[in-house]
Amino acid sequence: MTEAGTAVSTAQPPAPAVRLARRRGVELSLIVLAVLLSVYGYCAVGLAKHGTLPPGAAVYGAGLAVLALLAHGAVRLRAPYADPLLLPIGVLLNGLGLVLIYRLDLETPGERAAPIQLVWSTLGVALFILVVLVLRDHRWLQRYAYVCVVAALALLTLPIAFPAVNGARIWIRVGGFSIQPGEFAKVLLAVFFAAYLAANRSALAFTGRRLGPLQLPTGRVLGPVVAIWLLSVGVLVLERDLGTSLLFFGLFVVLLYVATGRIGWIAVGLLLASAGAVAVGWLEPHVHSRVQDWLDPFASIRAGQGPGQVAQSLFSFAAGGVLGTGLGLGHSILIGFAAKSDFVLATAGEELGLAGLSAVFLLYGLLVERGYRAGLALRDPFGRLLAVGLASIVALQVFVIAGGVTGLIPLTGMAMPFLAQGGSSVVTNWAIVALLIRVSDVARRQYDGTVAP
Amino acid sequence: MTRYIRHATAFGVVLLTALLVHTAWLQVLQGPSYGGNPANRRPTIARYEQPRGRILVGGRAVTGSRDTGEQLRYERTYTQGPLYAPVTGFASQRYGTTLLEHAEDRVLSGTDPMLSAFPLWNDFTRAQNPGGDVVTTLDPAAQRAAYTGLGARRGAVAAIEPTTGRILALVSAPSYDPAELSGNGPAVTRAWNRLNSDPAQPMLNRAVRQTYPPGSTFKVVTAAAALDSGVVTDLDEPTDSPDPYTLPGTTTRLANEAEDCEDAPLRYAFEFSCNTVFAKLGVDVGVAGMRAAAQDFGFNDRGLRIPFSVAPSSFDTTVDRGQLALSSIGQYNTRATPLQMAMVAAAVADGGQVRTPYLVERTTRSGGDPVATAGSRSARQVMHPSTAERLQELMTDVVTEGTGRSAAIRGATVGGKTGTAQHGVGNTGMPYAWFVSWAQGRGDTAPRVAVAVVVEDASARRGDISGGGTAAPIAKSVMEAVLHTPPAR
Repeated sequence: MTEAGTAVSTAQPPAPAVRLARRRGVELSLIVLAVLLSVYGYCAVGLAKHGTLPPGAAVYGAGLAVLALLAHGAVRLRAPYADPLLLPIGVLLNGLGLVLIYRLDLETPGERAAPIQLVWSTLGVALFILVVLVLRDHRWLQRYAYVCVVAALALLTLPIAFPAVNGARIWIRVGGFSIQPGEFAKVLLAVFFAAYLAANRSALAFTGRRLGPLQLPTGRVLGPVVAIWLLSVGVLVLERDLGTSLLFFGLFVVLLYVATGRIGWIAVGLLLASAGAVAVGWLEPHVHSRVQDWLDPFASIRAGQGPGQVAQSLFSFAAGGVLGTGLGLGHSILIGFAAKSDFVLATAGEELGLAGLSAVFLLYGLLVERGYRAGLALRDPFGRLLAVGLASIVALQVFVIAGGVTGLIPLTGMAMPFLAQGGSSVVTNWAIVALLIRVSDVARRQYDGTVAP
Repeated sequence: MTRYIRHATAFGVVLLTALLVHTAWLQVLQGPSYGGNPANRRPTIARYEQPRGRILVGGRAVTGSRDTGEQLRYERTYTQGPLYAPVTGFASQRYGTTLLEHAEDRVLSGTDPMLSAFPLWNDFTRAQNPGGDVVTTLDPAAQRAAYTGLGARRGAVAAIEPTTGRILALVSAPSYDPAELSGNGPAVTRAWNRLNSDPAQPMLNRAVRQTYPPGSTFKVVTAAAALDSGVVTDLDEPTDSPDPYTLPGTTTRLANEAEDCEDAPLRYAFEFSCNTVFAKLGVDVGVAGMRAAAQDFGFNDRGLRIPFSVAPSSFDTTVDRGQLALSSIGQYNTRATPLQMAMVAAAVADGGQVRTPYLVERTTRSGGDPVATAGSRSARQVMHPSTAERLQELMTDVVTEGTGRSAAIRGATVGGKTGTAQHGVGNTGMPYAWFVSWAQGRGDTAPRVAVAVVVEDASARRGDISGGGTAAPIAKSVMEAVLHTPPAR
């Protein structure tokens, strides 16, 4: 750690003349706002459902505030130049997610998910603090790129040994807790991709054969790409998890493009992706039915079998209108299975309306934008690719699941970052925010008034 | 690399824009059409989320609501279900609504925009109005008298106030408890199946949704037509009618149960119900005259709503003279609801005026502020006032010395007409005993009540002309109940 720190400092350019403001006070006030908004949402649910403030309102607010302030303290201590928007957005989305899950818990008295989610959120914030405190410089990760990819592959293959849950083999169950190791694999793969591409981008960018306007890669460097493609398809076929494979592939294509700037890669990537998707879409019944549901969500209603999940989700969004029914007053629970996890956005859409939903989307957009901005400001290729990769994970994931539940694209099971019920997802997202805090701290600390190369 | 990161950012903006545009389209433009999808349970849930408004009889609610805590939360309850079932109908989570529950559903469920002081404000806040109340015109004592009077027999009673058209009693027997159909559990399904497979048809509203051959009670209409058209000018003048009467164009000979009907004057023929006289009078009036008279009284009217629909009573207008003769004594294709025959009696009692009957006095917000009131209804003069006066005389004679003596009430003027209608192939069905009447207390300035009673399974022997035996006592108790109640206004 110390060794890495010195290595980094010797590689750094001379101390910048202009230093940016730290903006920790802005961060603190935004965190206070985020906590207050979450507590307000919690109280609004209680008032709407029972006419009284929910009994745990104070405890909930205090717990969320303590977590947020601890995280803020860690940032203040070890990443004083970090982007002041990242942490408040994480707190607000996590707080809103807890409110939505608590609200849905009231409809399913037998299954309380909010307390468990609160435990996982605590673990996530703990991981956040750990990463911010321990990881002094993101370039340290570059050295462990191959450890990361091995770990990622191990995590991805682990659930194959466990029984399938609801058609997908992506869970491992230990005791009462179920873990989705694929979630953690995302971050590890992003680290690996960033490191691999930072090292090989020249070879990928400047060798190969021209075919018309396209510059195609040579066979030698095509190997890893094909390997990643096979990995994605393997995940898809073995675990029946369309969302994760789509995310991996999209992440790789984005990073490849950012690293090399070659449209040819995009063309090859899209070709392979669509070939894989079409083949799997036809061959795999689980995926095929999802495509059918997307093309005609009301087919089951006409067939007299009642509305399916996607149809219920569409009804839910439609019921929200512009201003929503208000927290606690919607009926998104009609979606039934996965209402708290994959379909949690429908509750936001119905009860907060288009206004609230747009705000949520813009929060994600802001989070992603801050990630890209850090990538733009950084100077080292690994850091830039890592920032872009982490931000792209959030962007792609939000688009894939939000597009799925609103009927824009076929539904693929995925967790809405921070909002959805699911411990692995929350922990992973806090890790992503922690890494973004770290890279943004480096980016803004080394800022010298000039545009990055 | 900076350029490519910017491209990636642009890609992110494209994704975000796609999501925002798509959700805006979904939530704003598609919203209403998805909300109306029959598979969407939200409108149903909203409908049962608050207690339903009340239906009031004589100032007291006969309905209530029960909080089940289930998804379709409030279920309907009825304080005296079978008694008021022909008025309230049922309000079921599974089987929908009927009768008043159906006709006034928007008020009761709170969706009527009139219930809100500021309609647009509610659209904005998504607040729901509490269900409004429906105040009926019923007289609880008359309703109870009719219900107990019918007892275990199949039949129906309709009573109206002649001067206004307010319906005072509407009873159908056998009845059922609509509370059994509230909710959507398996017990509701069982009750529904049982009620629908019951040969006694307890859910059939016989007072307004079933038509019967009116038999001799239709002679009131025929007499009115004969007097109004001048076919008969003097009640006591012989009518030049044979006994038996050969139906024109046939060899069928129509006979009488009563005696001394040959050439009987109208007074005698009405009092003792001579079929031959009225058959001939109908033929003398002619198809056009009889049709006009019947339709004036309300026959062949498909549009009557009280506010729920009433089965149209029918008088066949495409008959030959022989069929007209039968039609004029309430047979052949002549059919009437009990409510229609009550309207006939009311027209006689009220100087020849028919008023559209109604069941809802007013609807109110849950606090009692009126939303809509029945207001004054227009009256239709269907016969000359002098004709009405002479018919009153005839009907009073029936009760004082004719076939309807069992309807006489001490201290009141009562006019009535009995009837027994045969039906079924070869007249093999159970006969229907009818009695239509009206009453005016000695202190009253106007007739207080007109009643029609039909009893399906009359134990009367076939051919018995005296609907007076079984139906008249029921009419009497209903009239007494109304006369004992002080006038409403």
